This record gives sequence, C-alpha cells and structure tokens, in this order.
Amino acid sequence: MTIFDDFLFRALIAGIGIALVTGPLGCFVVWRRLSFFGDTLAHSALLGVILSISFDINISLSIFAVSSLVALILLRLQNTTNLAGDALLGLLSHSSLAIGLLVLGFLTFIRFDIMGVLFGDILSVNINDLIIIWAGGAIILFVLWLIWKPLFASTVNYELAEAEGMNPKRVNAIFTILLAALIAISIKMVGLLLITGMLIIPCAMARNLSNNPKQMVVLSIIGGLLSVFVGLYASFEINTSSGPTIVTVAIILFILSLSRIRKKY
Amino acid sequence: MKDNDLLVKVSDAGLYKNGKWLVKGVNLNITKGKIVTLIGPNGSGKTTTAKIALGLYKNIEGTVERLTNKISYVPQKVSIDWTLPVRVIDFMVLTQDLQDQEINDALNLTGVEHLKNNNLRELSGGEFQRVLLARAIAKKPDLLVLDEPVQGVDFTGEVELYALIKKISETLQCGILLISHDLHVVMSATDYVVCLNGHVCCSGTPVAVAQNKEYKELFGEKSSQLLSLYEHEHDHVHDSDGNIVKEVK
Repeated sequence: MTIFDDFLFRALIAGIGIALVTGPLGCFVVWRRLSFFGDTLAHSALLGVILSISFDINISLSIFAVSSLVALILLRLQNTTNLAGDALLGLLSHSSLAIGLLVLGFLTFIRFDIMGVLFGDILSVNINDLIIIWAGGAIILFVLWLIWKPLFASTVNYELAEAEGMNPKRVNAIFTILLAALIAISIKMVGLLLITGMLIIPCAMARNLSNNPKQMVVLSIIGGLLSVFVGLYASFEINTSSGPTIVTVAIILFILSLSRIRKKY
Repeated sequence: MKDNDLLVKVSDAGLYKNGKWLVKGVNLNITKGKIVTLIGPNGSGKTTTAKIALGLYKNIEGTVERLTNKISYVPQKVSIDWTLPVRVIDFMVLTQDLQDQEINDALNLTGVEHLKNNNLRELSGGEFQRVLLARAIAKKPDLLVLDEPVQGVDFTGEVELYALIKKISETLQCGILLISHDLHVVMSATDYVVCLNGHVCCSGTPVAVAQNKEYKELFGEKSSQLLSLYEHEHDHVHDSDGNIVKEVK
C-alpha cells in the first residue's frame, strides 16, 4: 500500500497539477476576453465524454478531440460568417451540448454519473488520471512557454505583433488547442460546468494584486493552489462535491483580494 | 537611388473590402535613410496603405515586396485593457529582446525614462506615444512605420519628436513610412510625400506636391502657401527622386 492508494492524496496531487496549468492559461483567457470561449469548449466536452463511453476510448483523448474540433470550427466560422463572436460561441456551445444530450438519450444501456461530469468527482481520480494530468499539464506548460512571447505580443496588439513578424494567427490556434487540452485533463477533477471558473477566478484575484504580467501569472497559480488545498479539505470534511467547493474557495479569495484593488488604474 | 537601398516596394496596390475600394492604385518605394510621408483627409486610406506595406492584409490587389525583416510599427491606436497589467519595461520587450541599456537609451531619447516602471494605463496620451516610439526604435529597425506617432503630444514635444524621427532616419539609415496630419511640420522633414484620397492623388517631393493642383483642391490654397513658406528655410532642394541636392546660396 502506497500513499497513492489514498483517494484524498490522489485528488490533491491532481488538483496541484491542474492549478499549475490553469494559472498561466487562465491569465491569457482573461486578457484575451475568452471566458465564454472556455465555457463553449467545456460544454462540448460533454459530447466528448459520451463518445468516450459509447466507443470505449480514453476519456481525456475523446474530450480533447471534440473540444479541439469545436475550437477549429469556431476559428473557421469566424472567417466565413458575419455573426458576432458571442453569437457564434453560443451557437457552438449549445449545439454541442444538445447533440451530446441527444446521443446520451440513445444510449439507454449505459449508466454513468452525469453529476460527476458536470461538477467533478475526486473519488474517481485514479493513478492513470494522475499520469494524464501531470504529463498533459507538463506538455501544455512547455508549449505555452515556447509561444509565450508571440502570444503575449498578439494579446497586447495583434497587428503590431503581426507587423513585427510574430505570426499571431498560428499562436492563437495553438493557444486554443492548449485550452482544449486543459479542459480534457481537468474535467474529471473540476467538472465541465466549473472549469471556466477555475480558469478565470484565481486570475481575476491575481489581477487585483499585481502590476505586471509575470506577477499576475504567479499569483494566479498560488490562488489556484490555495483553492485546491482548502477546497479539497473542505469537500472532504463537509462531504461536498470537489469542483464546486474548490471554485467557492477561489471566489472567497477573489472577494478578499478586492480590498487590495488598485483603483487608480 | 541604389537598388540595394530599397526596403519596401508597393506596386499598384489596393484593397477592396465590404463592397468598396478602401484605397487603390498605390505605388511607393521606401528606401534606407529616407522618410516617406502619407498625407490625406480622414478616410483617404493612409492607415490602410501603411498596413498594406506591412503585409497585414492578405487579399490585396497588386504586389508588395518587403526586403527586410527588421520592422517596427507604431499603430494609430493601441488600447490596453485593464485586465492586462503591463508596465513600460514589459512593453519595451514585447516583440524583441533588449538589454537594460538599450531600453534606457530608447526611453531616454523620447524623454520618458522616468516612466520605466509605470503601468501603461497610468500614462497620458502624449507619454504613451513617446513610449510607443521608444519601443519601435529600441532595436534599431531597418524599417519604421509610424501611424500618427505624435498624436496627443504637446507642441514643443511634437517638434522635438519630429526632429528625433528625422535624426533616427539619418543615424540609423532606416526607412520611415510616416502618416501625419501636421502638414507644416511634416513637410519640412520629409523626403517624399504621397497624397492620398482613396487613390494617389499626387506624390513627389514636398515642394512638388505643394504646387500640385489636386493637392491645393484637397487641402486648400493656404496649405500650399504654408509649405512654400517652409521651403524658404531649407538649405537644400530635392531632385525628382527625392534625393537631396545641396543648393549654394
């Protein structure tokens, strides 16, 4: 028997892994005003979960494939239609949700815990999930580190970055894929309804306390880690779902950070 | 003009978007050490032309050849969202790697070294333009595209910054594409002027353009008198290629 047999310990390791990735990615989500986009990807994850169960493929892989597909369809639609961004996101978000639920209706022979998919389930985190979270997370962070400069430059000013040879279109697409990958590895832990909260709330807290981008990323990671530690402990003690508890702790941290807000900006 | 001095060659370029031509039939060359200025009324296609030269549009008419990768751009408008905390020093290294010394020198040149650790959102409009310019010149580019670089800068600062732009083009031998509304200041420091009004309405040396009939129609008789007034202060004239020919007084 090792400590990895303890479900609470496994959940903690999983949570740490996820918080390390949601911090930096979440900052870009906030900076680029992509929170609704994160929601859309997360909603499409339900279809990924259902496909994974019906065809017996790896759940993270399946979510990653569906979310990436939705992201790429979005990038394509942005160039071919004149619909506003939020309408496009709503269209994709709810069509993937509807299709997911429809397919679920057909699959009467399987029973699965939909609450676990929506809100996360720490009990179900096994050693394979830990490997996926940490290996996937390491790859996401490495790629983000590689594209950091052009991604940040195109976040500040797209045309300036393009004029000075940074290829913002490519890094935007890569970033989108990273977001899909993050959702794929964290659904089990946080749940698809709350992953956007985990992405943006610690970053919103960090913004209140920081005055430069690197500092904001570091504080987001710290905020995420704190939310995971306190949230997991609380969910264990008071017997609540892990996802909502972690996000609630993040909200409390955000409210506390409001007292330090730098109003002068 | 030597061929190897050429930085950008825009040939018969135009952009058709949403059912109309934003700009059409633009020809211009940017060469090392020379300032090309785009003038024209609002909506005449100045910014569009600059972006065509930078290669920011994919579906253009005509051709653009860029013979350098060391390009710096000062866009007309840069807005920084509150959610994005960026200090001046973070902004300086946005697209480039710089030594501390290079950052300090560039900020010093545009007179904003003291604002180095300030957040971009704390800056006034004029200060922000100076930071934009400092960032653009910090890495000594071959080509500098400046879209109304002195907007919001006070009058003395404006004269100073135009003098600085002129100095940069001479000392770094970089080509500059400048967009401006300040006819009188610009014309005195420019080698070649392209006057736009949806198409190239006239182009040439400042003196030639000022005497052009279409230019007078566009900007009024007064503006061409204004230019000839400035011409008297020159110690040189330009030939038809925009090269400086010293005039013996």
